[in-house]
Formats: sequence, structure tokens, C-alpha cells
Amino acid sequence: MGKRVGIIGVGQTHHAAKRLDVSGVELIAEAVTRALDDAQLTMGDIDAIVIGNMDHFENINYVDMWATDGLGSCMKPVFKVTTGGTTGTTVGACGYYHVASGLFDVVLAVGWEKNSESDTQAAIATCANPTLERDPFAGAIGPLATEYSMYMKAYGATESDSAMVAARDRNNALNNPYAHSRQAVTVEDVLNSPMLSYPVKFLDMCPRSDGSCAVIFATEEKAKKLCPKPAWVHCSVVRHDYTHFGDLEWKFMPTLERASAAAYKLAGITNPLKEFDVAELYIPCSTCGVKWMDSLWFCEHGGAPKLIRKGTFDMDGQLPINPSGGVISTNPIGATALIRVGEAAWQIMGKAGARQVPNVKKALCTGFGGCSWTDLMILGADLP
Amino acid sequence: MEKVAIIGVGFTKYDRNSPLTFAEMVFEATSKAIADAGISKDDVDNVVSASSDFWDGRTISSMAISDASNAFGKDITTVEGDGTFAALYGMMRILSGSFGVTVVCAHHKGTESSMNGITNCAFDPLVERRLGIDAVSSAALQARRYMNKYGLSEEQFALVSVKNHGNAMRNPLSLLPMEITVDDVMNSRKIADPLKLLDCSPVTDGACTLVLAAERFAKKMTTNKKRVWLKGVGHCADAFRLGDRDLADTRALKRAAKRAYAMAGIDDPRKEIDFAEVYDAFSYMEPLWLEGLGICDDGKGCEYLERGYFDYGGKLPVNASGGRLSANPVQSAGLYAMAEATLQLRGKAGKHQVRNAETALVHGINGMCGQSHCVWILGK
Repeated sequence: MGKRVGIIGVGQTHHAAKRLDVSGVELIAEAVTRALDDAQLTMGDIDAIVIGNMDHFENINYVDMWATDGLGSCMKPVFKVTTGGTTGTTVGACGYYHVASGLFDVVLAVGWEKNSESDTQAAIATCANPTLERDPFAGAIGPLATEYSMYMKAYGATESDSAMVAARDRNNALNNPYAHSRQAVTVEDVLNSPMLSYPVKFLDMCPRSDGSCAVIFATEEKAKKLCPKPAWVHCSVVRHDYTHFGDLEWKFMPTLERASAAAYKLAGITNPLKEFDVAELYIPCSTCGVKWMDSLWFCEHGGAPKLIRKGTFDMDGQLPINPSGGVISTNPIGATALIRVGEAAWQIMGKAGARQVPNVKKALCTGFGGCSWTDLMILGADLP
Repeated sequence: MEKVAIIGVGFTKYDRNSPLTFAEMVFEATSKAIADAGISKDDVDNVVSASSDFWDGRTISSMAISDASNAFGKDITTVEGDGTFAALYGMMRILSGSFGVTVVCAHHKGTESSMNGITNCAFDPLVERRLGIDAVSSAALQARRYMNKYGLSEEQFALVSVKNHGNAMRNPLSLLPMEITVDDVMNSRKIADPLKLLDCSPVTDGACTLVLAAERFAKKMTTNKKRVWLKGVGHCADAFRLGDRDLADTRALKRAAKRAYAMAGIDDPRKEIDFAEVYDAFSYMEPLWLEGLGICDDGKGCEYLERGYFDYGGKLPVNASGGRLSANPVQSAGLYAMAEATLQLRGKAGKHQVRNAETALVHGINGMCGQSHCVWILGK
């Protein structure tokens, strides 16, 4: 059987709408250097490297090759994995499998995106089938607006419920020095912000950021030696849906339900709301922060608005979600989901600074993208 | 460590202007591979695809083949690069203990792609890209450097084309089976000096799928005749900028090969490897990479070639299938090479069967001028 794996270092850039001070490669180097510093390692300690991003955004082909100087990968094993919005978690999972396979001891996983140099919407529109679905489902906002409209109609959720999620995540970001958008907002501010696509408003939606994240995975033996408190990977699970948007189920998230059910089984979790101490979830739009909570088995279908109104997921609630400010505050797409893994690891390592949740033993992180793909990872303070 | 086997292979015929979409090609290859393994699609618990947004011209291109690759409801992920790297990730996922049976699939529709534009985007956007450099013109620089370093001639490189197109005559799958001479190569149209048309691989469509299984499943699911073991693998990358490398120095390949040989327990590759599928997208590459693989000393590849060492009936047959020179679906070429090696080791390679094949070497490349290499050792 495979090896047990721990996260021993995390680094992320300071994120912004435009990082004019660095090139893409330098952006990657910033995250890599910080991850090495966090783990107190040098490049010489790294056995293999994985990187991912979304190629069409910055128009760079073979990113694993191009990023050599930033990755420190010259004369090392390196390859690239990518799955759209979930790329970050996909990169994290690949780093995990590199080590769990027993082929490599210490592995660096890197996600990045310099969205200020790209036309994100134009690039992402090409993910839909060119003849059937590219026109109605071009871009990210339309499908998210569609699914929440259906959810509101089915379960009586409101625009205020999603606005509460937006306000929660945006105010959490005030505690995160790395976050891109850091502004105090109220529920009213969100409700009064410009409508993008009903019912999604400007402050409900994530930004496009420049940024990068690096996470270092190590075998049990190495992790124990190199890190006082590694964040152990309990499991990594992916589920995806049909290829065509028209085939999807819209009122709940089947991929998230299947992925989380499988992961909870692997990690021995029976009551996720109670057993997780913190969650860093890929919530690209506040409406997902309502609807998708059902699909994580935190409650029955339609139960999420009640929990949100109670403050269950606030910093001082039963299960704090996105202490970092989440995707709504920071979104360098290829890195976004890896930041979830990194932030969750820091929460377990006790390194999350002002956004630290006390005494975190078990953390959940997710990635979202593609055709409703879900990548999910469970981390723990104790060995799996 | 647990072992991993290839238990099924499937592929489409190499084609030009295939009437199928790339998803349909993947469906065909995957269905054949699952049937070849003699298993049901429900036995597969995860999927690794090799997919490239640039080559496919759409973002998250792997999304378009997930139904076709049998991934619905399963754990799926995507490697961007040559199929040999995707197979490596497939093996890692099995060795981690998380998965039992893995589909690894790759597709390529060269005839729907602009090779120049796509490979030009692999160069630095600020400096080199503006020169218009691409896979072919950078390969020409590498060929010239290799010639200058060791005093080699274009005629010597042409021998690779003669051999590999000739080998393709025995392979019904191949796109360009041809009986040609060194003169034919020398007189073919100049593409980028010193490369002529017959020094270059053709634009090709094709999808290929492997089914990998952990030892415990492989032994239960298939017979000994079907199983081929993944014995060793190594990968390594060199510097990005062409100017930061000596293009005739194969140091990254040497390191990748060393790792693969160590894992497979190979002390002397010259003696222990029975045949090789080496990345020959351009004729000069075959002798260059054979040097990096330690099959011959640096600068001696062409000499061995002239002696017939790498011929179909030679001491170490290289690219008995016809190689990439006879058909090169870029993204899936590496998986085709692994499938070819699998058929050879099963003794089912038909008219181009290599005799007494026990141990095979398969080699794949990422990036320009072989910046990154993946070396596999497969065995019975």
C-alpha cells in the first residue's frame, strides 16, 4: 500500500488585480520561495515538481517547461496537470500521489495565474461545446446564476442568504494579508451592488487575480523529521459530471455529493458539520455558498439558508468556512483551489495568523470547475 | 513495492482528417482497450487523460472527453503533455493504494491544429516567440548543433528516415509506410535547414488508451499472456531557454534514463533491452536520444545506425513500428509507443514482431528540443 503523506510547507503570493511588479515566472518564484521558507527547505530538498494553470488565459503552452526558472525545476522531474477551475486541487492531489506512490519523498505542487494579462471570459467560453452550448453558456456567471435561480424557486432561499455569504467571506478577508480584495462590506452593500446576471450581483462574484500558491508534500518519515506539525492528508477524491451543461442536474450538486460522500467514508467522518473544525471551500460566487452546503451533507436539501442565517459558518460559528476570505476575495484561477489546500494546512499547523481558528484537528477543502467537477481533500492534525 | 501492469491497449488507426471528433476517437480507443483487457467498464475506478487546451483549441479540453473515456462518476484527472507522462501519473495513483484499475487515454487531432502557432506559444512571449520560432525551426537548430558538435552529416540522419519508413511497411497501422533511399530524403523539400520533408514526422490524428492495473487486480483479471509489467520509469527536465542548454547535450535524458534503469534493475541497457520505441519526431533525434539513453556513447549514434545496429533485424531494433516519422499524433504518440511495446512483449505485433522480446524501452518527450524526457522500461 501507499505511503502516508503530510503537508510541510505552504507559500502564497500577495494577490492583486494587477501584479505589475512581477512577470508570471517571478510570481511563481515568489510562492515557491515562500513555501520553501515556510518548510525551512532549499530547492535541493525537492525531489519532483507539479504545476498547473489554465493555458489559454495567459496564452502560454507547456507551462511546466516555460516556468522552469520560477519553479527551480532545471534537472528535476516535473510535469503539468490541469483541469480548469479545479486545477489547484488537481495539482495538490498530484503532489500527494507523487509522494503516496513511494516514488518521491518531497514534492512541490504549484498553481498560478496572471489574469491581468489575459481575457478570462473569452478563454473560458471555449470550454463549452462549440456548436451546441458555447453561446448560452459562455463564461462563468451565467450557469451559476441559473443554478441559484432554480434553488431559490425550489427551496425559498433568497438573495439575502447569498449576500450574507458574500459579506462573511469578504469580511473574513480583512484578516488575511495575502487576500486580493479586502474591504468591509455589509449585506446591504452586496444587495445594492450592480446586477451581473440575476440573481448574481457584483459583490457576490469572485474577482480575477494575479497570484500563485505552492504546497510541499512529504512522506510520513520526512514530514515528521522536517516539520513540527504537519497537516496530514487523509484523502483526496475527485468526481466529475457529464460533458454537456444541458445534461447537468441544477438543483443540487451531484459531483459534490458523490465526492464528499466518498471522502467522508475514507476519512471515517459521519457528521461533517460536527467533525470538521474548519473548511476552505471553492465558493466562486456567494450563491454557491448557499446551495452547495446541502451537497456537502451539512444539512438536508434546502436546509442551507437556515444554517447561514444562524451564523453556523461564521468565524465564531460551529464550522467556520473560508477564514481566508475564500475565492470571492482572491481568485488566481489555476492557484485558487491550491490556496484552499494551503490555507487548510496552515489552519492545522497553527500558522493562519489573525484568521486562525482555534485548535483545528480536521479540515475540509474543495475545488470546483469544469463541468461541475469537484476535487476534495481532507486534512488532519493526526495521522490518517 | 506493489507492481503495476498494462492489461489492455486500444487505439484508433493513424489518420489524416479523421471524420471523428476527438471525443469519438477517445471513445473508440478506450472501448477497445477495455475489451482487450477483458474487463467491464465498471471495473475501472479512475481515469487519467492526456489533453492539451492548445492542441484542442478549447479550454479545459479534457472536459470534452470525460464521458468518452468512461469517467462519469469516477475519479478523473488530466496531464498536459506526452502520453508517457500521463501513464506515469496513472502508475503513481495505483501505487498510492487509492486505485486498482486505471484508464490512461490520450488523443490528438493534428489535422485540426496549427502546429506552428501552437508550438510557437511554447516559447518565451517577450523574446523568442516574436522570432516565429516553433517546433520545427527549433529542431533544425538542434540538428545543426548536433552535426557541428560531432561532425555528423545530413545523409546520416536520412538513414533514420529510410529505416523507420521501411519498418512501417510491416505495420498496417502506420500512416507513411515507404520504401525510400537516402537520396529521396536528401532531395525532398527543405523545411528548415538542415531538415527536409522526409526528416520530419507527419501531421497525424489518433487516440490511444492503456488500461493499467495493480498487481493484485492484474493477476485476477487477465492471463499471463496479456499482462506487461511497468518495471521502471524516470523523468527529468532541462532548462527552458534554448540558449541556456547545449542542444546536443542529453543530460536531462541521461538522468531520466538512470532513474528508470535503477528502478527496473538494469545495469547494462545495451545488453538487457531487446527493443526500443524512441521519440523520433525528426530523424536526427533518434541517434541523439539513443546516446542519452546510454545505448551508445555520445556522438556515436549515427555510427551504430550505419552498422545496422538499430535495424529491424539488428542487435537492438529501434522503432520497429515505423516510429513517429511514420505517424506522429503528438499528444498520444507516447501512449501509442507504450501500446506498441505491449503488443511486442505479448508476441502479438504481427508482421513487425521483434523476436525474443522480453524487455522494452519506451521514450517520450515534453517541451521543445526534448527539454523534458520520460523513460519507461516494460517487461514480461
